[in-house]
Amino acid sequence: MENLFLISSLVFIVLVALCLVRVIGGPTVLDRILGANVIGTKVTVFLLIIGVLYKNVAMFVDIAIAYALLNFITTLGAAKYFLHRKKAGLQEND
Amino acid sequence: MATKIATFITMLLFWVMLSGMFDAFHFSLGVISCLLVTLFSHELLFYGDKKRSWVLGILGVVLYFPWLFWQIIVANLEVAYIVLHPRMLDMIDPCLVRFNTQLKRPIARVALAQSITLTPGTITVNIDEDQFTVYALTRSAAESLPGEMERRVGKALDSAS
Amino acid sequence: MLWIAGFLIVAGLFFFAVGVLGILRFPDFYTRLHAAGKCDSLAAVLVIAGVALYNLTDYSLANLLVSIKIMAIAVFVFVASPTATHAITKAALVIGVEPWTRKDREQ
Repeated sequence: MENLFLISSLVFIVLVALCLVRVIGGPTVLDRILGANVIGTKVTVFLLIIGVLYKNVAMFVDIAIAYALLNFITTLGAAKYFLHRKKAGLQEND
Repeated sequence: MATKIATFITMLLFWVMLSGMFDAFHFSLGVISCLLVTLFSHELLFYGDKKRSWVLGILGVVLYFPWLFWQIIVANLEVAYIVLHPRMLDMIDPCLVRFNTQLKRPIARVALAQSITLTPGTITVNIDEDQFTVYALTRSAAESLPGEMERRVGKALDSAS
Repeated sequence: MLWIAGFLIVAGLFFFAVGVLGILRFPDFYTRLHAAGKCDSLAAVLVIAGVALYNLTDYSLANLLVSIKIMAIAVFVFVASPTATHAITKAALVIGVEPWTRKDREQ
């Protein structure tokens, strides 16, 4: 069972690295936000698995809750920001 | 008054779950903060019409949830099939669909929108009054809307007129 | 119990991988949202449920509380993920990101 958690954490690292391709590569700003959101969801789960590996789930659960909330609010805030920027006529070409 | 008590109890249960400490000091801190939150925002959690009892609402949600979860699993397998298919571009045909809903209560509309986002090949883009705007991944997914899901959400959360 | 937890975690990892592949392979922004919005929420719930079950294998009151907290994260992800998807989609439509259609394929 320990091995399963170790392997799954390795898989998580690979998946986050693949998501970073989307975050860096673009093509639009919203693609980057989407990639960051997906990475955030993965990290939330990843924190729980780290907690199991260090045998200290009770502490890492609180961090994971805070991270999930932050991730959600970041995405909402970024989406709202780009909505309003368009309305103010400040859209950049990308 | 009933909504205030219900909000307070829900908040207190949530506090106990998050803190996990039952000594007098921490528990009294929880009671004080729950009282403050209840005082400021008691109309946010349980609001609206008194026509429908909460018991019926909770029962409806409990009955609706297993079906929704099953639909989500089916939807994910469908998306997985499309993603893993080598000639993926031939299989997708995205389009925007608009349809009107018969659901009246805001909570039922939100539940329908979230369910549509989570199930086969469709994402809710906008809700404007009665009109839903949905972005569908394949033509067949677009044609299946609103269909059975709206009926089930209506049964679970919307008062039957 | 352990086997169920292991199965849930492996299934969740599979759906996470499908979601990431979808984000990399789909041709435009809106179709990428399909992969991100659906696969991610289900996969997160599956892995979180697996960890909660694993945590319950040596049963005690403290562990039960921790498991309930873990499931609270699952419920939160379940509600928050579609909402975030919805917000990004609306922003994209207002900004005017061009959707991919069959015509782009034929060119």
